[in-house]
Order: sequence, then C-alpha cells, then structure tokens
Amino acid sequence: MGERAPKAAIEGWYTLEAQPHLLGSRCRRCGTYYFPPLKSFCRNPACEGSEFEEVRLSRTGRIWSYTNACYQPPAPYVSPEPFVPFAIAAVELETERMIVLGQVVQGVEVAQLRIGMPMELVLERLYTEGGEERVVWKWKPLEPAT
Amino acid sequence: MSAEVAILGVGMHPWGKWGRNFVDYGVHAARAALKDAGVGWQDVQFVSGAATMRCGYPGYIAGATFAQALGWQGAEVNTSYAACASGSQALAAARTKILSGGCELALVVGADTTPKGFLAPAAGYRPDDPDWVRFRLGITNPSYFAFYARRRMELFGATVEDFTAVKVKNAAHGATNPNARYRKLFTREEVLASAMVADPLRLLHVCATSDGGAAVVLASQDYARRHSTRAPRIAGLSTVTPRFASQEVEMPDIATDSAAAVAGHSFRASIAARAYEEASIGPDELSLAEVYDLASSTELDWYEYLGLCAPGQAEGLLRSGATRIGGRIPVNTSGGLACFGEAVPAQALAQVCELVWQLRGQAGERQVAGAKVGISANQGLFGHGSAVIVKR
Repeated sequence: MGERAPKAAIEGWYTLEAQPHLLGSRCRRCGTYYFPPLKSFCRNPACEGSEFEEVRLSRTGRIWSYTNACYQPPAPYVSPEPFVPFAIAAVELETERMIVLGQVVQGVEVAQLRIGMPMELVLERLYTEGGEERVVWKWKPLEPAT
Repeated sequence: MSAEVAILGVGMHPWGKWGRNFVDYGVHAARAALKDAGVGWQDVQFVSGAATMRCGYPGYIAGATFAQALGWQGAEVNTSYAACASGSQALAAARTKILSGGCELALVVGADTTPKGFLAPAAGYRPDDPDWVRFRLGITNPSYFAFYARRRMELFGATVEDFTAVKVKNAAHGATNPNARYRKLFTREEVLASAMVADPLRLLHVCATSDGGAAVVLASQDYARRHSTRAPRIAGLSTVTPRFASQEVEMPDIATDSAAAVAGHSFRASIAARAYEEASIGPDELSLAEVYDLASSTELDWYEYLGLCAPGQAEGLLRSGATRIGGRIPVNTSGGLACFGEAVPAQALAQVCELVWQLRGQAGERQVAGAKVGISANQGLFGHGSAVIVKR
C-alpha cells in the first residue's frame, strides 16, 4: 500500500497532484477568470454569460505583498497546539491578472520574502482532524530563499 | 431645491468596553444629539438606524429598536447595514428622505457592543462564504492591513517609524477627547515595544474593537433656518461600490477580480471622488479629514485616496507635520480609530460628529482654527465605503 492520497481542506478548489493547480473557472463568453470557481453568472457587468469552463490556474506568480499571522486566528481556523505563526502571501498570477492569497509554506518567514518574488503553488497540511490530515494550497518561493 | 441638508445636532456615548446593551449607547447618543439640536424626540419624523450583526435580532432592525427605546411615537423607521459604512448609509437614507420631501427632521443612530478580540464569522463548513474561507485559512483583518503597509514600505519607502508616527500623532489628538476610549499619550517606544500582530504591524498599530454609540439629527434647510443659525450642512455623501474588475485586495476575499478580460479599477480612490463631485469641493479646500485608520499605515493610504497628496507622497506629508493639528490639513483630529477602536455601525457617524464639532468651533483643545470644510472617509468589507463632506 502506498501513501494515502491527501484530503482537501476545501473540496473542489485545487488538484491534489504533486504539482497542484488551483481550480478556477472561466466565463465562456467574456473570458474572465474566477477563483474560487464561479459556475452561475458572470460578474463582469458588461457580460451576461452563465456558462463556465473549469480551468487550472497558473501555479506560479509573483508576490504582490506579504505578511504573517503572529496571533492565533479564531475558528473556523483550526490551530495546532501550540499555535505556530505562519507567513501569508498575496501572489499575482500574470495570465489571469488576479491576486490570490494563501499561507506560505512552513519554515519560510517574512524576512525571506519580498515583493515581486516568484512563488509556486504547493499543498501542505492546513489542519489535522480526527487523525486525518487536510491539505490546502500554499505559496512557496520558487528560488532559494535568501 | 437645494441638495444640502443641515446637521442640527450630534451626540455620542463614549467609546469603551462597557459590556452593556448596545441600545443603551444608542439612546444615550440620540438624546445627546436631540438636546444638542434643541428639538424634541416627538418632533422626529424618521429614525434611521445602523445595524449591528452581533447583538441578535434587535441589532438587525436597529432603527425600530432605537425608536422603541426612545418611546414609540409613530415615526417611520429604516435600518441600514453596510459593514463599516453602515452609519453613512443610515445617514444617506435620512438625507434622501429629507431631500425627497418625505420628512423635515430625522434622527440617525448607530451603536454596537463588541466581543473581545477578532470579529469572527459564523461556524460550520461554509466555503460559499468568503468570510468563512479566509478565517479557515487563518487570514484575519490585520493581514489585509499589513499587505498595504508592506507595499508602502517596498514601493514608497515608508518605514515602521512612519506608521508609528501616525499612531503617536493620533494619540496626541485624542488625548483630550472625552469620547475616546484610549486617551493615553503613547510614545514611539511603547508602540515599537508592543507585540507583532501582522508583520510589519504591531498591536498598537492596529485598531481595537469597541463599544460605543453616535447619533446625528438631520433637518431640511427650511427646518434648520427656523431652528438654528449655525448648523453645518452635508454637501456631499458618497456610498459608491467598486467597479469590476476591482483590483483591491480586500476583506473578505481571498482573490481579487480578474482583470484578464476587462480593465482593473481602484475602489478606494473612487469613494471620495464622488463626494467631492457632489459637493463641488476639492481636496485643497478641506480644513480637516477624519479617515479610517484601521491600521496606522492605512491612514497614509487615505492621504492619497483623498487627494491630500499624490500617490507615494503620504510619508512626506506626514513627516512635514501637515496632518497634525496646527498643520495644513489635520487628519483624525478626534484621535481616529487609534483612540476609539471600532464600533462598526457607530463609527462613520462618530466621524461626522467630529467634523460638526470642529466646524462649530467646539472641539476644545483639539480645535482646528477656522475650520470650514471637513471630509470623512471609511471603507469596509464586502465592497462598502463612504465619504461625507460637511461644510459650515
């Protein structure tokens, strides 16, 4: 038996491959991307589209800004005991022209980040519940952290 | 018909963490505002309440709650909820009612009782609610404030010392404000020694949540002329929403709109632009501004959104001393959120109260000499924002 496939903390928003992608949607009429995926009505005020294709969003982008969480967030955040601070990045995807927020992988601190730094999407544990690990997308520096 | 309405009176219940029912704060503020206006409660024809989401059903129908608490007298009621802009939307509803001829005298009230710490969303597994999603990921309000602070640092050369200087300035402004919750003259050293919350922002850079209440009595120009000779007027009131594709990284969303198919827009600068246009007033005519310093760094962004300086120049404006009382354009003379903490439905009204006291020359030690025109600006989650221009 191999390792069990990871389980998603939020189902249907990202693939669970080794090189994961966020699963967005794209309006078939105007081409606007959405994340989280939108499947009902396009939000472009000039577009009446209501059909969407599922798209894998770019799995790399550049940091628009970053910070960290030094205090334990309240529920529904599920914290390890004790709480471990984590960095957070807002990453701009070039093709989709959108900024997607996410935690930065454990072990990377604010001092190692800077605006414009290339990042890639990975999966990492968000929390463990009932002995089961739940993974979420996180951002990881593409180049060795300095 | 004039598009202006008069502010006959204002009142507040001091901000704090009093732990009482929000209705008490609202009624206290309402009675103070009615007394200030010199009108009786039974003369009020329209009660416009700003809702609170944390105090159960009475909070959802705040207009009726305040009307009942003041004593049912048959007035029409309205309740507005617009996150941090709730107070301004309640004000806008009352203004519209007056300008449409639906009433002559209106009372606007907002009050809140807040829990300790973070304001958190409803529980469960609710990925359709972006507010739930970002808390699930551990991305809280200060994270969003910090994103913008960090951009100021890397793009415009802001320093943590600048953010600290905003806090120290506002603390000095609010030190003598009887309605402020924090009236301590914080020093640079104390701010820098406070715990890191969201790098680069420390605890004393980020605003708290507070209990408080504020009320405004609005009247038609005709009514005001019969009752007062010195009532300031609302010359502009903006409650615009963003334009798609909004490029703001804003609570509670975990992603911006995509600008792949249509051009991106900046929301925050558009908020004040509408108020300026309506009032036919420009930033150079302002005597003071009350802005939403959810974090000390956010105040610097507002200097630019309000057109007090060009983008990237806010640090220079701050360092020049222009935004202190006594400077060219004092900002947050009340002490701002730094001294008040945020009582969501009351906060935008509290900003208007400060403008009114300043324009009437009643701001005591924090008085801006010869104040003639003031603007308030705020912004909240889910695409809300507001700006109010008051002139004498």
